[in-house]
Amino acid sequence: MSALIEIRDLKIRRQQGIVLEIARLDIERGRVTALVGPNGAGKTTLLLALARLLKPACGEIRFDGQPLETVSTLDYRRRIGLVMQDALLLDRPVFDNVALGLRFRRLPRPEICRRVDEWLERLGISSLRSRKATQLSGGEAQRVALARALVLQPDLLLLDEPFKSLDEISHARLLADLKNILPQMNTTTLFTTHSTRDVRELADEKISLRSGKISE
Amino acid sequence: MPLDELSEITLLSLRVSGVATLLSVLIGLPFGTLLALRKFPGRSLLLTLVNTGMALPPVVVGLAVAITLWRSGPLGSLRLIYTPTAIVIAQVIIAAPVVTGLTAAALQALDPRLRLQLLGLGASRFQMVQQLWREARLPLLAALMAGFGSVISEVGASMMVGGNIRHQTRVLTTAIVLETNKGEFERALALSALLLAITLLINYTLTWIQQRGKR
Repeated sequence: MSALIEIRDLKIRRQQGIVLEIARLDIERGRVTALVGPNGAGKTTLLLALARLLKPACGEIRFDGQPLETVSTLDYRRRIGLVMQDALLLDRPVFDNVALGLRFRRLPRPEICRRVDEWLERLGISSLRSRKATQLSGGEAQRVALARALVLQPDLLLLDEPFKSLDEISHARLLADLKNILPQMNTTTLFTTHSTRDVRELADEKISLRSGKISE
Repeated sequence: MPLDELSEITLLSLRVSGVATLLSVLIGLPFGTLLALRKFPGRSLLLTLVNTGMALPPVVVGLAVAITLWRSGPLGSLRLIYTPTAIVIAQVIIAAPVVTGLTAAALQALDPRLRLQLLGLGASRFQMVQQLWREARLPLLAALMAGFGSVISEVGASMMVGGNIRHQTRVLTTAIVLETNKGEFERALALSALLLAITLLINYTLTWIQQRGKR
């Protein structure tokens, strides 16, 4: 199995100095990888760097064998899906939120409708289709945020604490749904978590970060 | 005052302030967006200048524009002094900082992570900005209302650069001042009521659009 992502001698600098330093990391194609570590370990920083939302101070990230600097940022970002820690939905109906990335890609309207409806169904939120995003519960909003990324059928899915601030029942349900969906999609997935249960149930691999470095 | 003169003054007021507001939005929306979203040297100074500009006294703006457009002034050869164009220029200088400052404040009030999320979903820079404008549509409409309000009601600049010339540059506010100076308080009150009714109608329409977007 080949690596979709290859990281070599990567350093990310933020205001407080170097916050991430990874000498070597390969993320295998089609695998689900959990990023674990305490707060401030650099998990979100790594996801943002992989989404090309943070520029490396030095080092290299290769995607599908190509150095990222040689690929247009927009073309690359249109091959990934990002879900940040909070749902960050727009003040619009659920359908429009889920359709957002497809509209950015200027897909035809029937194709957008078909794909959005399919993913609303798969995530069990079809009944919320016309509801305003501001009227959703935390669990519902998180599902909409996931649908918004999954509908893009990305090559690389980046999930930053997808179960954060969910109650126990919502957490368990979403975990079960993702456990079912991710292997079917065969999308390379990287998610951050603090929960050993999430790692056990969802991940094929685990990477531990501590103070910006891989610790195991 | 004859009815046709009254409608001429009213239409000129609406035309001048409408064009000035439109130009202020065309300047203020992109400039305010730039100030809100980009970090560059001198940004804080520019924000301070814009915020100061929001409180520019119209009479000071009128004086500066009058000196610039005066026949012996640097742009005197354009022969714009005492024309509606001169009033538009002065009103743009008054309203553009209002629209710019309120646009910047509206966009800075959004969650900064929203930008990253939109880019992470594959938005181009322009698509990202479009979504942010849409998300901040309520305060942006308030910026438009504030910009229009600042120019439809000002008198100092219009008087100084327009000259309050009958059939040419007389607008509602300068006509009110003229009638008051003449002691024609009834006429001045009638014109004031008309001005208030126009601003009420326009602001009611914009507020209706704004609140419809909120539902």
